[in-house]
Amino acid sequence: MSVLVYTESEDGKFKKGALEAASYAKGIAEAMSTSLTAIAFNAEDTSELGKYGVDKVLSVSSDKLKNFNAEAYADAIKQAAEKESSKVVVLDQSANGKYSAPLVAVELEAGYASNVVALPESTSPFQVKRTAFTNKAFNFTEISTDVKVVGLSKNAFGLKESEGAAASESFEPQLSAEDFTVNVESVDKAKDKVTIADAEVVVSGGRGLKGPENWGMIEEMADILGAATACSKPVSDMGWRPHSEHVGQTGKPVASNLYIAVGISGAIQHLAGINAAKTKVVINNDPEAPFFKAADYGVVGDAFEIVPKLNEKLKEFKAKNA
Amino acid sequence: MKILVCISHVPDTTSKINFTDGDSKFDTNGVQFVINPNDEFGLTRAMWFKEKQGASVDIINVGGPETEPTLRKALAIGADTAIRINTVPTDGFQVAKELAKVAGEGNYDLIICGRESIDYNGGMVPGILAGLLKANFVNTCIGLEIEGDKATAIREIDGGKETLTASLPLVIGGQKGIVEESDLKIPNMRGIMQARKKPLNVVEPSGAEAATKAVKFEKPAPKGEVKLVDPENLDQLIDLLHNEAKVI
Repeated sequence: MSVLVYTESEDGKFKKGALEAASYAKGIAEAMSTSLTAIAFNAEDTSELGKYGVDKVLSVSSDKLKNFNAEAYADAIKQAAEKESSKVVVLDQSANGKYSAPLVAVELEAGYASNVVALPESTSPFQVKRTAFTNKAFNFTEISTDVKVVGLSKNAFGLKESEGAAASESFEPQLSAEDFTVNVESVDKAKDKVTIADAEVVVSGGRGLKGPENWGMIEEMADILGAATACSKPVSDMGWRPHSEHVGQTGKPVASNLYIAVGISGAIQHLAGINAAKTKVVINNDPEAPFFKAADYGVVGDAFEIVPKLNEKLKEFKAKNA
Repeated sequence: MKILVCISHVPDTTSKINFTDGDSKFDTNGVQFVINPNDEFGLTRAMWFKEKQGASVDIINVGGPETEPTLRKALAIGADTAIRINTVPTDGFQVAKELAKVAGEGNYDLIICGRESIDYNGGMVPGILAGLLKANFVNTCIGLEIEGDKATAIREIDGGKETLTASLPLVIGGQKGIVEESDLKIPNMRGIMQARKKPLNVVEPSGAEAATKAVKFEKPAPKGEVKLVDPENLDQLIDLLHNEAKVI
């Protein structure tokens, strides 16, 4: 009956999203008076999960699963859920989590609610709050199937430490050739760059920066803050910055703690995509820019003067508070 | 190659989002509906396969008669035939099951969906559809080439991308990148005229059941006023971010 959580790892280490998903799943397990089991793939040390409420870890160790494979992972998660007689399966909403969750739902004939932002309103009937209309509304969804799959939005619940240790158990799911029909040929990933998905802080530039040659100060700010860089849609459409940096309705979603927008007016599609960021700062020379209505803090003025000055001050601040 | 493109009929991105019937229903009053942007990128890629590789392109939607103008627009962009499964679905599982029945019978080689619709953002139809059809699946697809019965797809991952290969039949969850924004086609007069004569087949639903239901909706709490900081006093901004918002 235990709740099952998929805990994503990379190079053997758990991602923050995995620890958040575990913290959240523990909350559901408590509400249902049951324990929490995690499934982990090729993780070096599963004891860390104990700190976030996991009672038992099904630890899968397999060379075949070194690269993420949605179908194979979904099959393994299904087998873990069956072994644990789990009625609730939690995944975080990383690219991989979003990829495998619907496949898990099919395997378990389970209803699936994605982008969930809070613990269930009730577990019987099972009702969760999720975002809809690209962050312009919330939607309370009732999952009516016996087994439920829940996708937890990034940075919606936070980490919650609890007492206890996670018992680790080796788990060998039975996988067949049918699980490996989509194959990874190559992975292209910047190694030491903070990703928009994982970043605590995102610094973003818009058309107000006038050209790609002016991104130096944005990158500098990102460096100082340990932030990811991002951009608005027109900027990526004009080829000033790569598409992978485009945030907004049709780009990547942002759910960081801090989002700093420089020279972005704040079109409704852009705001929809970044609305889940906790604190928003806008720097823009047009006081009428719609972004000022959506932001927490604003500076009206010339970005080319403000950003370099702000960078100096942030450097001093970081030096003092390191 | 037979391609099926799944088209979601969604409120235009600039629509005001309101609810009626005790916050239980989306208020469509005065709302302009469009092809879901993530689907439109995929539809445009399908057109490329049609022009360059002689593919046939059908489009499909699960919805009531009100979605037909959106389907006509997709026909005007160049799809050959439209199918509307005549039921108003309540969740993605139901949509995927209805699609799976028609898609399975149609023996499609490639089924293109958007990664998510911009209304309910479920992000589940492509994956569930692939799972039900036991077809290969690539989500957040930003590049797709087909040669014979082999597909090479690029998938966006957190912090980068990866190249995947799979054989057909394949279902993808597409998004911007599969074609560029500048490649999107605005239907021309000829396309619109032709679209009127193209077949739009209405199929009765199989009666698939939903697995979830939307109980009610809520709008986010109104935002407080922005705090403006003097550009000459940026120390104050740092102080606010550190002591008030506690984010640096």
